[in-house]
Amino acid sequence: MPIWRLTWFTVACAGGATLLVLPIGVLIAWALARGSFRGRTILEAVVTLPLVMPPVATGLILLMLMSRRGPIGRVLERVGIDVVFTWKAVVLAMAVMGLPLLVRTARAGFEHVDRRYEQMASTLGAAPVRAFLTVSLPLALPSVIAGAVLAFARALGEFGATIVVAGSIPGATRTLAVAIYTYAETGRDWEAVTLIAISAAIAFAALLCSNALAGKRLA
Amino acid sequence: MIDLAIALIQGSFSLDFTATLGDGVSALFGPSGAGKTTVLDAIAGLRLPALGRIAVADRVLFDSSTGINVAPYLRRIGYVPQDIALFPHMNVRRNLLYGRHPGTSPDLDRVLRMLEIETLLDRGVRDLSGGERQRIALGRALMSGPSLLLLDEPLAAVDLPLRRRILPYLARIRDDLGIPILYVSHDRDEVQQFADYVVRLEAGRVVGKDRKDSKDLKI
Repeated sequence: MPIWRLTWFTVACAGGATLLVLPIGVLIAWALARGSFRGRTILEAVVTLPLVMPPVATGLILLMLMSRRGPIGRVLERVGIDVVFTWKAVVLAMAVMGLPLLVRTARAGFEHVDRRYEQMASTLGAAPVRAFLTVSLPLALPSVIAGAVLAFARALGEFGATIVVAGSIPGATRTLAVAIYTYAETGRDWEAVTLIAISAAIAFAALLCSNALAGKRLA
Repeated sequence: MIDLAIALIQGSFSLDFTATLGDGVSALFGPSGAGKTTVLDAIAGLRLPALGRIAVADRVLFDSSTGINVAPYLRRIGYVPQDIALFPHMNVRRNLLYGRHPGTSPDLDRVLRMLEIETLLDRGVRDLSGGERQRIALGRALMSGPSLLLLDEPLAAVDLPLRRRILPYLARIRDDLGIPILYVSHDRDEVQQFADYVVRLEAGRVVGKDRKDSKDLKI
Protein backbone atom coordinates (compact mmCIF):
# COMPACT_ATOMS: atom_id res chain seq x y z
CA MET A 1 0.00 0.00 0.00
CA PRO A 2 1.58 3.31 -1.04
CA ILE A 3 2.58 5.65 1.77
CA TRP A 4 0.45 8.51 0.44
CA ARG A 5 -2.67 6.32 0.55
CA LEU A 6 -1.90 5.16 4.06
CA THR A 7 -1.37 8.77 5.13
CA TRP A 8 -4.55 9.97 3.44
CA PHE A 9 -6.61 7.14 4.98
CA THR A 10 -5.31 7.94 8.48
CA VAL A 11 -5.84 11.71 8.13
CA ALA A 12 -9.35 11.18 6.70
CA CYS A 13 -10.33 8.80 9.53
CA ALA A 14 -8.88 11.15 12.17
CA GLY A 15 -10.70 14.10 10.57
CA GLY A 16 -13.95 12.14 10.45
CA ALA A 17 -13.53 11.06 14.07
CA THR A 18 -12.94 14.69 15.12
CA LEU A 19 -16.05 15.89 13.27
CA LEU A 20 -18.02 13.03 14.85
CA VAL A 21 -17.05 13.89 18.43
CA LEU A 22 -17.12 17.67 18.00
CA PRO A 23 -20.87 18.28 18.56
CA ILE A 24 -21.15 15.61 21.27
CA GLY A 25 -17.94 16.71 22.97
CA VAL A 26 -18.88 20.40 22.96
CA LEU A 27 -22.30 19.64 24.46
CA ILE A 28 -20.77 17.42 27.17
CA ALA A 29 -18.10 20.08 27.89
CA TRP A 30 -20.76 22.78 28.24
CA ALA A 31 -22.99 20.58 30.41
CA LEU A 32 -20.06 19.77 32.72
CA ALA A 33 -18.99 23.43 32.89
CA ARG A 34 -22.44 24.92 33.46
CA GLY A 35 -24.95 22.30 34.41
CA SER A 36 -25.84 20.96 37.80
CA PHE A 37 -27.64 17.72 37.12
CA ARG A 38 -27.80 14.22 38.55
CA GLY A 39 -25.18 11.91 37.15
CA ARG A 40 -22.75 14.74 36.43
CA THR A 41 -19.86 13.02 38.22
CA ILE A 42 -20.62 9.74 36.46
CA LEU A 43 -20.71 11.45 33.05
CA GLU A 44 -17.40 13.11 33.82
CA ALA A 45 -15.83 9.78 34.82
CA VAL A 46 -17.18 7.90 31.77
CA VAL A 47 -15.86 10.58 29.39
CA THR A 48 -12.43 10.53 31.06
CA LEU A 49 -12.14 6.71 31.13
CA PRO A 50 -10.51 6.31 27.69
CA LEU A 51 -7.77 8.68 28.85
CA VAL A 52 -6.78 6.57 31.84
CA MET A 53 -7.64 3.01 30.76
CA PRO A 54 -5.26 0.95 28.62
CA PRO A 55 -6.28 1.70 24.99
CA VAL A 56 -6.41 -2.05 24.34
CA ALA A 57 -9.06 -2.37 27.06
CA THR A 58 -11.10 0.45 25.48
CA GLY A 59 -10.77 -1.38 22.16
CA LEU A 60 -12.02 -4.61 23.73
CA ILE A 61 -15.05 -2.86 25.22
CA LEU A 62 -15.81 -1.35 21.80
CA LEU A 63 -15.39 -4.81 20.21
CA MET A 64 -17.85 -6.34 22.69
CA LEU A 65 -20.37 -3.57 22.08
CA MET A 66 -20.05 -3.38 18.31
CA SER A 67 -19.53 -7.02 17.28
CA ARG A 68 -22.45 -8.84 15.67
CA ARG A 69 -23.33 -10.40 19.00
CA GLY A 70 -22.83 -7.17 20.93
CA PRO A 71 -25.79 -5.01 22.05
CA ILE A 72 -25.11 -2.17 19.58
CA GLY A 73 -23.60 -4.26 16.77
CA ARG A 74 -26.68 -6.50 16.73
CA VAL A 75 -28.98 -3.52 16.15
CA LEU A 76 -26.69 -2.03 13.50
CA GLU A 77 -26.45 -5.34 11.67
CA ARG A 78 -30.23 -5.38 11.27
CA VAL A 79 -30.04 -2.13 9.30
CA GLY A 80 -27.11 -3.46 7.28
CA ILE A 81 -24.27 -1.64 9.02
CA ASP A 82 -21.15 -3.62 9.83
CA VAL A 83 -18.64 -1.77 12.00
CA VAL A 84 -16.02 -4.15 13.40
CA PHE A 85 -12.91 -4.61 11.18
CA THR A 86 -14.00 -1.87 8.76
CA TRP A 87 -12.93 1.78 8.37
CA LYS A 88 -15.94 2.69 10.57
CA ALA A 89 -14.30 0.87 13.48
CA VAL A 90 -11.13 2.90 12.89
CA VAL A 91 -13.15 6.15 13.07
CA LEU A 92 -15.02 4.93 16.15
CA ALA A 93 -11.84 3.96 18.03
CA MET A 94 -10.24 7.30 17.15
CA ALA A 95 -13.36 9.21 18.21
CA VAL A 96 -13.65 7.48 21.59
CA MET A 97 -9.95 8.01 22.34
CA GLY A 98 -10.06 11.67 21.25
CA LEU A 99 -13.24 12.59 23.11
CA PRO A 100 -11.70 13.12 26.60
CA LEU A 101 -9.11 15.56 25.25
CA LEU A 102 -11.76 17.58 23.44
CA VAL A 103 -14.11 17.62 26.44
CA ARG A 104 -11.42 18.60 28.95
CA THR A 105 -10.05 21.43 26.84
CA ALA A 106 -13.42 22.79 25.74
CA ARG A 107 -14.78 22.54 29.27
CA ALA A 108 -11.96 24.74 30.57
CA GLY A 109 -12.89 27.23 27.84
CA PHE A 110 -16.57 27.31 28.86
CA GLU A 111 -15.64 27.63 32.54
CA HIS A 112 -13.52 30.62 31.63
CA VAL A 113 -16.47 32.45 30.01
CA ASP A 114 -17.88 34.97 32.49
CA ARG A 115 -21.43 33.91 33.34
CA ARG A 116 -22.40 37.55 33.31
CA TYR A 117 -22.28 37.54 29.48
CA GLU A 118 -24.71 34.63 29.31
CA GLN A 119 -26.95 36.32 31.89
CA MET A 120 -26.93 39.56 29.90
CA ALA A 121 -27.85 37.64 26.74
CA SER A 122 -30.85 36.19 28.58
CA THR A 123 -32.01 39.59 29.88
CA LEU A 124 -31.78 40.78 26.26
CA GLY A 125 -34.30 38.14 25.23
CA ALA A 126 -32.01 35.32 24.09
CA ALA A 127 -33.40 31.85 24.82
CA PRO A 128 -30.79 29.40 26.18
CA VAL A 129 -29.97 27.87 22.77
CA ARG A 130 -29.41 31.32 21.20
CA ALA A 131 -27.34 32.48 24.19
CA PHE A 132 -25.20 29.34 23.81
CA LEU A 133 -24.69 29.73 20.06
CA THR A 134 -24.10 33.49 20.02
CA VAL A 135 -22.31 34.11 23.32
CA SER A 136 -20.96 31.03 25.16
CA LEU A 137 -19.69 29.13 22.10
CA PRO A 138 -17.96 32.05 20.32
CA LEU A 139 -16.28 33.11 23.57
CA ALA A 140 -15.07 29.56 24.24
CA LEU A 141 -14.20 28.92 20.58
CA PRO A 142 -10.39 29.08 20.91
CA SER A 143 -10.55 26.33 23.53
CA VAL A 144 -13.03 24.30 21.48
CA ILE A 145 -10.73 24.49 18.45
CA ALA A 146 -7.67 23.68 20.55
CA GLY A 147 -9.55 20.67 21.98
CA ALA A 148 -10.62 19.51 18.52
CA VAL A 149 -7.03 19.70 17.26
CA LEU A 150 -5.80 17.77 20.28
CA ALA A 151 -8.46 15.12 19.62
CA PHE A 152 -7.38 15.03 15.95
CA ALA A 153 -3.71 14.64 16.91
CA ARG A 154 -4.60 11.91 19.39
CA ALA A 155 -6.69 10.16 16.72
CA LEU A 156 -3.76 10.24 14.27
CA GLY A 157 -1.59 8.31 16.72
CA GLU A 158 -4.30 5.93 17.93
CA PHE A 159 -3.02 2.36 18.08
CA GLY A 160 -4.26 0.14 20.93
CA ALA A 161 -8.02 0.48 20.52
CA THR A 162 -7.80 0.57 16.70
CA ILE A 163 -5.90 -2.70 16.35
CA VAL A 164 -8.39 -4.52 18.59
CA VAL A 165 -11.62 -3.26 17.05
CA ALA A 166 -10.47 -2.67 13.45
CA GLY A 167 -7.44 -4.92 13.01
CA SER A 168 -4.64 -4.21 10.56
CA ILE A 169 -6.02 -4.94 7.11
CA PRO A 170 -3.85 -3.29 4.44
CA GLY A 171 -5.95 -0.98 2.30
CA ALA A 172 -8.97 -1.32 4.58
CA THR A 173 -8.20 -0.55 8.22
CA ARG A 174 -4.43 -0.10 8.50
CA THR A 175 -3.49 3.33 9.84
CA LEU A 176 -0.09 5.04 10.15
CA ALA A 177 0.36 3.98 13.77
CA VAL A 178 -0.55 0.37 13.06
CA ALA A 179 1.66 0.35 9.95
CA ILE A 180 4.63 1.69 11.95
CA TYR A 181 4.23 -1.21 14.38
CA THR A 182 3.88 -3.76 11.57
CA TYR A 183 6.94 -2.44 9.69
CA ALA A 184 9.05 -2.33 12.86
CA GLU A 185 8.01 -5.89 13.73
CA THR A 186 8.95 -7.20 10.31
CA GLY A 187 12.33 -5.46 10.15
CA ARG A 188 11.33 -2.82 7.60
CA ASP A 189 12.94 -0.11 9.70
CA TRP A 190 13.40 2.47 6.95
CA GLU A 191 9.68 2.42 6.08
CA ALA A 192 8.80 2.63 9.77
CA VAL A 193 11.04 5.69 10.20
CA THR A 194 9.46 7.37 7.14
CA LEU A 195 5.98 6.87 8.62
CA ILE A 196 7.16 8.17 12.02
CA ALA A 197 8.41 11.34 10.30
CA ILE A 198 5.09 11.78 8.47
CA SER A 199 3.07 11.24 11.69
CA ALA A 200 5.22 13.73 13.58
CA ALA A 201 4.94 16.32 10.79
CA ILE A 202 1.12 16.10 10.63
CA ALA A 203 0.72 16.21 14.43
CA PHE A 204 3.14 19.14 14.69
CA ALA A 205 1.30 21.05 11.95
CA ALA A 206 -2.03 20.42 13.68
CA LEU A 207 -0.72 21.64 17.04
CA LEU A 208 0.80 24.74 15.41
CA CYS A 209 -2.60 25.48 13.82
CA SER A 210 -4.28 24.97 17.17
CA ASN A 211 -1.96 27.39 18.92
CA ALA A 212 -2.27 29.98 16.16
CA LEU A 213 -6.08 29.76 16.26
CA ALA A 214 -6.12 30.00 20.03
CA GLY A 215 -4.16 33.22 19.67
CA LYS A 216 -1.12 31.81 21.40
CA ARG A 217 2.39 31.35 20.07
CA LEU A 218 4.31 28.12 20.46
CA ALA A 219 7.09 28.89 22.91
CA MET B 1 -46.19 50.18 39.15
CA ILE B 2 -43.55 47.75 40.32
CA ASP B 3 -44.48 45.38 43.11
CA LEU B 4 -41.60 43.66 44.86
CA ALA B 5 -41.48 41.13 47.67
CA ILE B 6 -38.25 39.17 47.64
CA ALA B 7 -36.97 36.83 50.34
CA LEU B 8 -33.91 34.69 49.92
CA ILE B 9 -31.06 33.25 51.94
CA GLN B 10 -27.56 32.93 50.57
CA GLY B 11 -25.03 31.47 52.97
CA SER B 12 -25.04 33.68 56.03
CA PHE B 13 -26.77 36.54 54.16
CA SER B 14 -30.54 36.82 54.19
CA LEU B 15 -32.56 39.29 52.17
CA ASP B 16 -36.08 40.40 53.00
CA PHE B 17 -37.14 43.12 50.61
CA THR B 18 -40.61 44.59 50.13
CA ALA B 19 -41.39 47.74 48.17
CA THR B 20 -43.92 49.17 45.75
CA LEU B 21 -42.33 51.58 43.33
CA GLY B 22 -43.86 54.16 41.02
CA ASP B 23 -43.20 54.57 37.31
CA GLY B 24 -40.44 57.19 37.55
CA VAL B 25 -36.91 56.68 38.80
CA SER B 26 -36.53 54.71 42.01
CA ALA B 27 -33.24 54.48 43.82
CA LEU B 28 -32.10 51.54 45.87
CA PHE B 29 -29.73 53.14 48.29
CA GLY B 30 -27.43 51.56 50.85
CA PRO B 31 -23.92 50.50 51.75
CA SER B 32 -21.94 47.75 50.01
CA GLY B 33 -23.16 44.27 50.95
CA ALA B 34 -26.69 45.48 51.72
CA GLY B 35 -28.12 43.21 49.01
CA LYS B 36 -28.84 45.81 46.32
CA THR B 37 -27.43 43.81 43.41
CA THR B 38 -29.19 40.70 44.71
CA VAL B 39 -32.52 42.56 44.44
CA LEU B 40 -31.76 43.53 40.82
CA ASP B 41 -30.66 39.98 39.96
CA ALA B 42 -33.89 38.59 41.42
CA ILE B 43 -36.01 41.04 39.39
CA ALA B 44 -34.12 40.13 36.20
CA GLY B 45 -34.65 36.44 36.95
CA LEU B 46 -30.95 35.71 37.39
CA ARG B 47 -31.40 34.67 41.02
CA LEU B 48 -34.32 32.71 42.36
CA PRO B 49 -35.98 34.01 45.52
CA ALA B 50 -37.07 31.45 48.08
CA LEU B 51 -40.32 33.32 48.61
CA GLY B 52 -42.02 36.38 47.23
CA ARG B 53 -43.71 38.07 44.32
CA ILE B 54 -42.33 40.26 41.54
CA ALA B 55 -44.72 42.14 39.27
CA VAL B 56 -43.89 44.86 36.74
CA ALA B 57 -46.79 46.87 35.29
CA ASP B 58 -49.33 44.23 36.41
CA ARG B 59 -47.36 41.43 34.77
CA VAL B 60 -46.39 38.82 37.35
CA LEU B 61 -42.82 37.62 36.74
CA PHE B 62 -42.43 35.58 39.89
CA ASP B 63 -44.84 34.35 42.50
CA SER B 64 -43.78 31.63 44.90
CA SER B 65 -47.36 31.04 46.07
CA THR B 66 -48.62 30.15 42.57
CA GLY B 67 -45.37 28.72 41.22
CA ILE B 68 -44.95 31.40 38.53
CA ASN B 69 -41.34 31.97 37.48
CA VAL B 70 -40.98 33.64 34.08
CA ALA B 71 -37.63 32.78 32.41
CA PRO B 72 -35.18 35.71 32.27
CA TYR B 73 -35.30 35.88 28.47
CA LEU B 74 -39.06 36.40 28.55
CA ARG B 75 -39.12 39.05 31.31
CA ARG B 76 -38.28 42.13 29.20
CA ILE B 77 -36.16 43.65 31.95
CA GLY B 78 -33.27 45.80 30.72
CA TYR B 79 -30.22 45.38 32.92
CA VAL B 80 -26.99 47.36 33.01
CA PRO B 81 -24.80 45.56 35.55
CA GLN B 82 -22.00 47.21 37.42
CA ASP B 83 -19.40 45.39 35.33
CA ILE B 84 -21.17 46.54 32.10
CA ALA B 85 -20.59 43.13 30.44
CA LEU B 86 -20.66 44.26 26.81
CA PHE B 87 -20.12 41.22 24.58
CA PRO B 88 -16.38 41.40 23.88
CA HIS B 89 -16.57 39.43 20.61
CA MET B 90 -19.09 41.78 19.00
CA ASN B 91 -18.69 45.36 17.84
CA VAL B 92 -20.86 48.18 19.16
CA ARG B 93 -23.52 47.73 16.47
CA ARG B 94 -23.94 44.00 17.18
CA ASN B 95 -24.07 44.66 20.91
CA LEU B 96 -26.80 47.26 20.43
CA LEU B 97 -28.85 45.07 18.10
CA TYR B 98 -28.45 41.85 20.10
CA GLY B 99 -31.70 42.29 21.99
CA ARG B 100 -33.68 44.10 19.31
CA HIS B 101 -37.23 42.90 19.29
CA PRO B 102 -39.55 43.82 16.41
CA GLY B 103 -42.51 45.73 17.76
CA THR B 104 -41.26 46.61 21.22
CA SER B 105 -37.77 48.01 20.57
CA PRO B 106 -37.34 51.75 20.15
CA ASP B 107 -35.93 53.09 16.89
CA LEU B 108 -32.14 52.57 16.75
CA ASP B 109 -31.50 56.09 15.41
CA ARG B 110 -33.42 57.58 18.30
CA VAL B 111 -31.36 55.67 20.87
CA LEU B 112 -28.13 56.55 19.04
CA ARG B 113 -29.03 60.24 19.04
CA MET B 114 -30.20 60.24 22.63
CA LEU B 115 -26.96 58.68 23.91
CA GLU B 116 -24.75 60.42 21.30
CA ILE B 117 -23.15 57.18 20.15
CA GLU B 118 -23.77 57.45 16.39
CA THR B 119 -20.05 57.54 15.59
CA LEU B 120 -19.17 54.47 17.67
CA LEU B 121 -21.20 51.86 15.77
CA ASP B 122 -18.33 50.08 14.04
CA ARG B 123 -15.89 50.24 16.93
CA GLY B 124 -14.84 47.18 18.91
CA VAL B 125 -15.96 47.32 22.54
CA ARG B 126 -12.38 46.99 23.78
CA ASP B 127 -11.53 50.31 22.15
CA LEU B 128 -14.17 52.29 24.06
CA SER B 129 -13.59 54.65 26.96
CA GLY B 130 -15.38 54.12 30.29
CA GLY B 131 -18.10 56.64 29.50
CA GLU B 132 -18.65 55.22 26.02
CA ARG B 133 -19.00 51.71 27.42
CA GLN B 134 -21.61 52.96 29.91
CA ARG B 135 -23.63 54.56 27.15
CA ILE B 136 -23.41 51.49 24.87
CA ALA B 137 -24.57 49.28 27.76
CA LEU B 138 -27.50 51.64 28.33
CA GLY B 139 -28.27 51.60 24.61
CA ARG B 140 -28.08 47.80 24.46
CA ALA B 141 -30.53 47.47 27.35
CA LEU B 142 -32.89 50.09 25.84
CA MET B 143 -32.85 48.42 22.41
CA SER B 144 -34.43 45.29 23.90
CA GLY B 145 -37.59 47.33 24.53
CA PRO B 146 -37.69 46.75 28.29
CA SER B 147 -40.66 47.43 30.53
CA LEU B 148 -38.25 48.22 33.38
CA LEU B 149 -34.62 49.32 33.35
CA LEU B 150 -32.27 48.14 36.10
CA LEU B 151 -29.06 50.12 36.58
CA ASP B 152 -26.48 48.79 39.02
CA GLU B 153 -24.30 51.66 40.20
CA PRO B 154 -23.92 53.06 36.70
CA LEU B 155 -21.70 55.86 37.92
CA ALA B 156 -19.69 54.06 40.58
CA ALA B 157 -16.68 53.29 38.42
CA VAL B 158 -16.44 56.66 36.67
CA ASP B 159 -14.73 59.85 37.84
CA LEU B 160 -16.60 63.02 38.72
CA PRO B 161 -16.36 64.83 35.34
CA LEU B 162 -17.59 61.71 33.53
CA ARG B 163 -20.35 61.31 36.11
CA ARG B 164 -21.54 64.80 35.28
CA ARG B 165 -21.57 63.87 31.59
CA ILE B 166 -23.50 60.60 32.02
CA LEU B 167 -26.21 61.79 34.41
CA PRO B 168 -27.96 63.85 31.70
CA TYR B 169 -28.22 60.72 29.53
CA LEU B 170 -29.99 58.91 32.35
CA ALA B 171 -32.33 61.89 32.73
CA ARG B 172 -33.05 61.74 28.99
CA ILE B 173 -33.96 58.06 29.19
CA ARG B 174 -36.32 58.88 32.04
CA ASP B 175 -37.89 61.85 30.25
CA ASP B 176 -37.91 60.74 26.58
CA LEU B 177 -38.69 57.03 26.75
CA GLY B 178 -40.79 56.95 29.93
CA ILE B 179 -39.34 53.60 31.01
CA PRO B 180 -39.42 53.07 34.79
CA ILE B 181 -35.91 52.88 36.18
CA LEU B 182 -34.66 51.12 39.29
CA TYR B 183 -31.31 52.49 40.09
CA VAL B 184 -28.77 51.21 42.63
CA SER B 185 -26.40 53.62 44.27
CA HIS B 186 -24.52 54.30 47.44
CA ASP B 187 -24.00 57.96 46.56
CA ARG B 188 -26.35 60.30 48.41
CA ASP B 189 -25.90 63.27 46.02
CA GLU B 190 -26.57 61.15 42.96
CA VAL B 191 -29.75 59.76 44.47
CA GLN B 192 -31.04 63.18 45.48
CA GLN B 193 -30.34 64.53 42.03
CA PHE B 194 -31.87 61.76 40.02
CA ALA B 195 -34.45 59.67 41.89
CA ASP B 196 -38.15 60.28 42.56
CA TYR B 197 -38.44 57.52 45.10
CA VAL B 198 -35.84 56.10 47.44
CA VAL B 199 -35.65 52.74 49.21
CA ARG B 200 -32.89 52.41 51.75
CA LEU B 201 -31.48 48.93 52.25
CA GLU B 202 -29.16 47.78 55.02
CA ALA B 203 -27.94 44.24 55.69
CA GLY B 204 -30.72 42.76 53.58
CA ARG B 205 -33.54 44.74 55.26
CA VAL B 206 -35.51 47.77 54.09
CA VAL B 207 -34.84 50.48 56.67
CA GLY B 208 -36.52 53.41 54.95
CA LYS B 209 -38.73 54.39 52.02
CA ASP B 210 -39.47 57.89 50.90
CA ARG B 211 -40.56 60.10 48.06
CA LYS B 212 -38.06 62.69 47.00
CA ASP B 213 -40.63 65.50 47.14
CA SER B 214 -41.22 64.99 50.85
CA LYS B 215 -39.44 67.64 52.84
CA ASP B 216 -36.95 65.53 54.71
CA LEU B 217 -35.76 62.75 52.48
CA LYS B 218 -34.66 60.14 54.97
CA ILE B 219 -31.60 58.69 53.32
